[in-house]
Amino acid sequence: MKMYVCIKQIPDPNTVVSKLDPNTKRLVRSGVSLVLDPGDESTISAAIKIRDTIGDSEVTVVSMGPASAQEAMRRALAMGADRAILVTDPALAGSDALSTARVLAAVLKKEEVDLVFCSTESTDGYTGMVPGGIAEFLGLPQLTFAREVTIEGQKAVIKRVTATGYQKVECPLPAVVTIASGAFEAIYPTMKGIMGAKKKPFTQLSLADLGIETSEVGEAGARERVMTIGSAEARAAGQVIKEEGNSAQAIADFLQRYQLL
Amino acid sequence: MSNTIWVLVELENGQPARSSLEVLGKAAQLGRAEAIVFGTNASAVASTLGEYGASKVYAHADAVYDSYLTLPAVDTISDLLKQHQPAILLLATTYDIRDIAARLNVRHNMGLITDATDLQFDGDTLQVTVPWGGETVVTATFPKQGTGIVLTRPKAFGLERFEGKTAEVETLSPTFNAESQKIKILERIELQSEGPSLEDATVIVAGGRGLGKAENFHLVEDLATALGGAAGATRAIVDAGWLPYSYQIGQTGKTVKPNLYIGCGISGAIQHLSGMKGSKFIVAINKDENAPIFSVADFGVVGDALNILPQLTEEVKKRKAQ
Repeated sequence: MKMYVCIKQIPDPNTVVSKLDPNTKRLVRSGVSLVLDPGDESTISAAIKIRDTIGDSEVTVVSMGPASAQEAMRRALAMGADRAILVTDPALAGSDALSTARVLAAVLKKEEVDLVFCSTESTDGYTGMVPGGIAEFLGLPQLTFAREVTIEGQKAVIKRVTATGYQKVECPLPAVVTIASGAFEAIYPTMKGIMGAKKKPFTQLSLADLGIETSEVGEAGARERVMTIGSAEARAAGQVIKEEGNSAQAIADFLQRYQLL
Repeated sequence: MSNTIWVLVELENGQPARSSLEVLGKAAQLGRAEAIVFGTNASAVASTLGEYGASKVYAHADAVYDSYLTLPAVDTISDLLKQHQPAILLLATTYDIRDIAARLNVRHNMGLITDATDLQFDGDTLQVTVPWGGETVVTATFPKQGTGIVLTRPKAFGLERFEGKTAEVETLSPTFNAESQKIKILERIELQSEGPSLEDATVIVAGGRGLGKAENFHLVEDLATALGGAAGATRAIVDAGWLPYSYQIGQTGKTVKPNLYIGCGISGAIQHLSGMKGSKFIVAINKDENAPIFSVADFGVVGDALNILPQLTEEVKKRKAQ
């Protein structure tokens, strides 16, 4: 079975407070530590586990990003993925979710896909719109928010998270499956894995290789525009009060002010 | 550009979901609100949506929407989008709606803005408010022609009533092919009594050493229940055997990013902070005013969680009942 995992390199969520550049109006990525999205580590681990269970299968990681994303992909290979495909092109900067889905789907269209895994959402952008977009571009069904995944012949069955519990949902393969954050324990790369990763196939593609016009993606193709970036009021500095018998009311007031009740 | 706004109204056990009705009310304040409702009970519900702001309702009463996820709804809305051009598709952010939005976005090459907490028209220009992290607020718009999708943050809007308003109902009769019946629900398991799971809860109340002993953890659970959220724990009290590992939030436990996190008797070791600092709002209660958790808290109380928790639970119940 040919399995693909779409992954992303992001500013390290454990050390970096993500910021928007007031000029480019994009996420600041320079001068910050970049890592493989921790959610993707869990998703890659899910795919590897399934590959090893069903046998005779291959896991390919696919990403779109700057050349630095190679590092995140090397980590995926060190974890146990078999090969990597990175789409990198200066024209991709500023791509929205739709453009990202278009590019990743274009890679997958050139492959013989049985299963595509994605994390439910990235840990930097959180839109969660790319996996469903890929499924639509490929004309495949999508199984989302999976806590458990089982492959039964030519069907995938998942436990899908819902607001009140879960659903058991199935669809025929090929399909796109999104993994709920933290549902699978991340594999930690071994020294042997890290050394082996260097020898695994690594393909780099440009937009031209995929036959995508630069006007369709990146800043030029974006269907959304940031007009202003401002400071959130009252949230910059947290307020700390001392207990004087009315703290419960004070907390409840805070919750109400931010519509959290 | 017309100021017609479409809202997909989800049904929960045959009744309109509150999250959808809140968005419908907001749509009616912005322009002409038109609701779309699918599922076995859609016809019965359609006539009641005027009261929540709908001027018109597109309804398709068919069990196919209850048995198959995403694709039937995408196909029907897609057909409607070929006939009409609303300014916005305004949506509540729920599991099912996110899936539908992602596909519609691609199928109709639309603009899409997620996590909106407010929106307004300035003349013909739509302005969508999106908080970014804890310190920034962005205003965004759709620069291109055509319908845009706006997904709104849960609980961004209150429920509005439009007394005496009635909606015109248009009954849809699309036909489905096998292609749209590929994502089949085999079984639904409700875990309502236990509340949402930690990873998926929009509200989390977590407890640490400051609670003193395992027997006090129920104070955390009581508040979580009152807020409709889940209870979590630090590694310290999981290691101490108060609770099973499934409760653990942190580097070696679960990473959570709820809309609201309330830490009770938690000092905020890095191990714990790295698992919860992605939360949108953080409230902390701790006796030690130097506890690191206060450095990430939006609102902190220096005090004893054991005293404050029962009062807070009562206060929350009281205000929610109002």
